[in-house]
Amino acid sequence: MKLTDISGDINEWFDGSGPLADIVISSRIRLARNMAGHKFLSRCSAAEKSEILEKLRDTLMSLELGDKVFYLSVDKTPALDRHFLVERHLISRHHAFGKGPRGVVIAQREFFTAMINEEDHLRIQMLKGGLQLTQCFEQINHIDDMIEKRIDYAFSPRYGYLTACPTNLGTGIRVSVMLHLPALKMTGQIEKFLNATKDMGLAVRGLFGEGTEAAGDFYQLSNQVTLGISETDIIAQFENAVIPEIVEYENAARNQLLSKEPDVLDDKISRAMALLRNARLISSQEALFLLSHLRMGINMHERMGASTPAIKRLCKLRAAGGDADKPGGLSIATINRLFMLTQPAHLQLNYGKMLDAAHRDVLRAKIIRSALNE
Amino acid sequence: MQCQVCQKREATIHLTEITDGVRSEMHLCEQCAQEEGIAVKSQLSINELLSGLLATQPSDDELFGDTERELSCPHCGFTLGQFTKEAVLGCPYDYEVFEKSLLPLVEKAHDGKTVHCGKVPSRMPKDTKKQIKLTALRQQLQAAVQNEDYELAAKLRDKINQLE
Repeated sequence: MKLTDISGDINEWFDGSGPLADIVISSRIRLARNMAGHKFLSRCSAAEKSEILEKLRDTLMSLELGDKVFYLSVDKTPALDRHFLVERHLISRHHAFGKGPRGVVIAQREFFTAMINEEDHLRIQMLKGGLQLTQCFEQINHIDDMIEKRIDYAFSPRYGYLTACPTNLGTGIRVSVMLHLPALKMTGQIEKFLNATKDMGLAVRGLFGEGTEAAGDFYQLSNQVTLGISETDIIAQFENAVIPEIVEYENAARNQLLSKEPDVLDDKISRAMALLRNARLISSQEALFLLSHLRMGINMHERMGASTPAIKRLCKLRAAGGDADKPGGLSIATINRLFMLTQPAHLQLNYGKMLDAAHRDVLRAKIIRSALNE
Repeated sequence: MQCQVCQKREATIHLTEITDGVRSEMHLCEQCAQEEGIAVKSQLSINELLSGLLATQPSDDELFGDTERELSCPHCGFTLGQFTKEAVLGCPYDYEVFEKSLLPLVEKAHDGKTVHCGKVPSRMPKDTKKQIKLTALRQQLQAAVQNEDYELAAKLRDKINQLE
């Protein structure tokens, strides 16, 4: 399989379906594992890394994963393709730009990936749209069981799964939930959310973009404690306590905007529409920022029945050539597609050649204009 | 609120300083705060966290003499000095070899916890699985008592007795 087979569309977990998907973009569970009888990667020679890579790749490629899988040698993959895999959330930045023999196994529908020789010998992850952590864990746990039948993991009865960094020790689990919180930002309550999550011992970072700043109001929330608590307890904390509460706050902020500040809301949406439909140059940061407002507007219409003048106009916009996902109006899938496909590596891969930032801005603006103008 | 320095970006860092009873406030964006030398980062890197934790430990030399500081792992040749720099360990045995020095760090990183109570590989002996299950149940029991959920506590106690 070639990367261009998937680069033209969004991945399944980003199609706007799944429980609470208007606010919870996706759920991800990652398990960190190491093979017994080998050193951790920082002390491995290139030969030992290759040996680990080969063993894990062969094991993973022989598993029944319910989808076609393909393998990429990350160290032999061109930089643009590696950027693409990061934008697609299929591999980490660390893996893309690390050193030495390393690879990734990817299920074609992109719900499952296995990074080999990242920071640990093996990191397997499961991704799903909306809030579906329990389902993610069931599936990744099943895959882990299958691997374990063929590979001896480094495990200690006291410390659990032994990882290169002590911060992943024990379960080796990282539970992450991607959230879209534009109304909390607009109503000036996002700091409260950030502080509350820190008090709960959770880590927050931006989902898109380079820095820690959350571009487009997308946040990724994940656990930090991995030892002394079971996988199911960590997941229950997210699914039953943390996430429902945040969703409630975001919904309350959306209602507050509708009832108390409809002009502020309409102004943001109208400005975003005007810029996106007319701009000739647009950076990825600006696109994320503006698309975020459109995404919120459509969701408020679909989930809360909001129909301010700007939201009405927004929902009547027709994607060029009709919106296959929603005849007669603009769908969330179209907006999500724009989020994904206007990222730098996606643009270049789909265009078929490398482009500098200025040319990317032209192309990005063109793609957005044609999607939002009939 | 706008940043006081650049007057452009939104201020996200709010500092209140009280010097000699005089209160002063500053409102800055993250970029200007960093330029002003007010190091505010929303996320500490694992490296920083670990070297910070290692540095704040009551000097290993005092506690354990030079033994662990000077020690190198017989399996991978790793030393604690390297760990402070790289923030990753050399091999699974390091957790045993450097246990005394690593334990306080593990405790801090995991909210005071130091014993695994999650999944166990199926190849592990039955007794190990039982011990880990018991640890998990005892923790749940403690939490149930703290939350005054005595019905759950009683159920957990019965389960523990059964396993033991």
